[in-house]
Amino acid sequence: MFLTSLKRVIKSAWLSFRRNGLLSTATIVMFGLTLFVIGGLLLLSVVASSILADLEDKIDISLYFVPGADEEDILRIKNELAASEEVKTVTYLSQEETLRVFTERHKDDEAVIASLAEFEGENPLGASLNIRAQNPDQLASVAQFLAKRDYDSVDKINYFENATVIERLAAVVSTVRSLGLVLVLVLSFVAVLVAFNTVRLAIYTAREEINIMKLVGASNWFVRGPFLVTGVIHGSLSGAIVSTAFFPIVWLASPKISFFIPEVDLFGYFTSNFFEFLFIMSAIGIGLGVLSSTIAVRKYLKV
Amino acid sequence: MIFFDNVSKVYPVRSRPQTQALEFSHGADNEVSAALLGVTIRIQPEEFVSIVGHSGAGKSTLLKLLIAEDTPSEGRIFLDNEEITALSGRELPRIRRKIGAIFQDYRLLPGKTAYENVSFALEAAGCPDEEINESVPEVLEIVGLLDKMHNFPHELSGGERQRVAIARALVNQPDVIMADEPTGNLDPVNTWEIVRLLERINELGRTVVLATHDKHIVDHLGRRVITLEKGRVIRDEEKGMYHL
Ligand SMILES: Nc1ncnc2c1ncn2[C@@H]1O[C@H](COP(=O)(O)OP(=O)(O)O)[C@@H](O)[C@H]1O
Ligand SMILES: [Mg+2]
Repeated sequence: MFLTSLKRVIKSAWLSFRRNGLLSTATIVMFGLTLFVIGGLLLLSVVASSILADLEDKIDISLYFVPGADEEDILRIKNELAASEEVKTVTYLSQEETLRVFTERHKDDEAVIASLAEFEGENPLGASLNIRAQNPDQLASVAQFLAKRDYDSVDKINYFENATVIERLAAVVSTVRSLGLVLVLVLSFVAVLVAFNTVRLAIYTAREEINIMKLVGASNWFVRGPFLVTGVIHGSLSGAIVSTAFFPIVWLASPKISFFIPEVDLFGYFTSNFFEFLFIMSAIGIGLGVLSSTIAVRKYLKV
Repeated sequence: MIFFDNVSKVYPVRSRPQTQALEFSHGADNEVSAALLGVTIRIQPEEFVSIVGHSGAGKSTLLKLLIAEDTPSEGRIFLDNEEITALSGRELPRIRRKIGAIFQDYRLLPGKTAYENVSFALEAAGCPDEEINESVPEVLEIVGLLDKMHNFPHELSGGERQRVAIARALVNQPDVIMADEPTGNLDPVNTWEIVRLLERINELGRTVVLATHDKHIVDHLGRRVITLEKGRVIRDEEKGMYHL
């Protein structure tokens, strides 16, 4: 009984999908546009968050020890820091490594290079600890904590020199994050509304038919069923079409993005996550189709 | 058996301000604009009953209440000792399958062929496929539409559409056929074909309730006539004629 009904519901949905070619096409186009916006935002957010993660990774504190400081002392401080909740990683750099990183970082700063050269090959720097916070905002409190402890062996905490830059950078990161989220939510909401209204309009034109079906003795589920199945068909088809359409778009856009941000390989990311992307797009499409059909049909089932 | 027990139907009046809510009364000269007022009717199995009256007398409302397309404001309606007016939404499909409904505007599903329109009623009832494959051509044969069963409604004439609707009403083998001005949009030739079909259906043992304001049909039938006026039953005669 249930299986027979299910079979009939699916058959009926498939028939009406085929016979209402124009309406089906229009719905798929609208769904496609919705998914295109959502998919585009998804890919943009991948790019944006890898840029942000990259930036965040550059925000850190270096704790320079006096040359010849007791290594055990340094490791004790390192462990202490690592235990703190706010700290993500603490990296120990030996004297040589510290010099290498320092030179690398200041390679464009002639004054620094010149003053290093005055030591004639001797290493004026001690070992150092490189600290990254879970969240760049928390660096300030880590720095303050370190300053308060006032370790004898610590030569200098480089946070305070760069504090304004770091804080500004951290603020930019978090603003971009929340603005982006709001933008994504607003645009997705608009796109979803468009898709929903398309379905509502289609079902509005079918309201008389729904009434007739009820009067000849169809149950609510028997009437609703084909609309839900049609929603599934529209959603999965538009999901598949949009995912495929993103291929050439990403392929064209990827080199341009990589040109500005070499760390980002969008096309590589897209191809290696294609099935995930396809799944997400189809799932959103199907969810949208089924949900809007359910809501739109409900009103006319009251007979 | 169909039993209308003191049934009234009042529609909310939109044009009047709400403070002047409709007064509800069965008094004789009380000015109440209601579609049905205190209607009590008993229809026996295998009867052929015509409901007549001017436009707006309440004929359609009466039939709508019978298939529970709407609910009465007061009173109860029974079909075979089951109170239709007390059924929940879940139980309505079952009772509707016991009543075949025919309308002036046919009410076919435009996206389905004649055959599919008829088979839909059986599919909705959960009939097995073999039974559907057998019954649908059978009823289409009765209404004389076997040759056009794969046409869509828009490819059929008014008379043909109404015959599809009759086939759909018959296919569940309901005890009761209700027809609301089924010939209202048809020319005389088609009108008489439909009337003859309804008479044949009645001879096969089904109760037929026909709402019409066509004097010729009623006089031709020579069966029971219930006359409505402004929502009230003003006459109920065995072997009646149309006089208003
Ligand atoms: N949905 C409705 N809302 C308000 N008034 C209605 C509605 N349906 C019918 N009526 C009113 O009820 C009365 C009876 O209508 P109806 O039963 O359709 O008459 P008939 O079928 O005999 O021509 C009319 O006055 C009509 O205006
Ligand atoms: Mg009417």
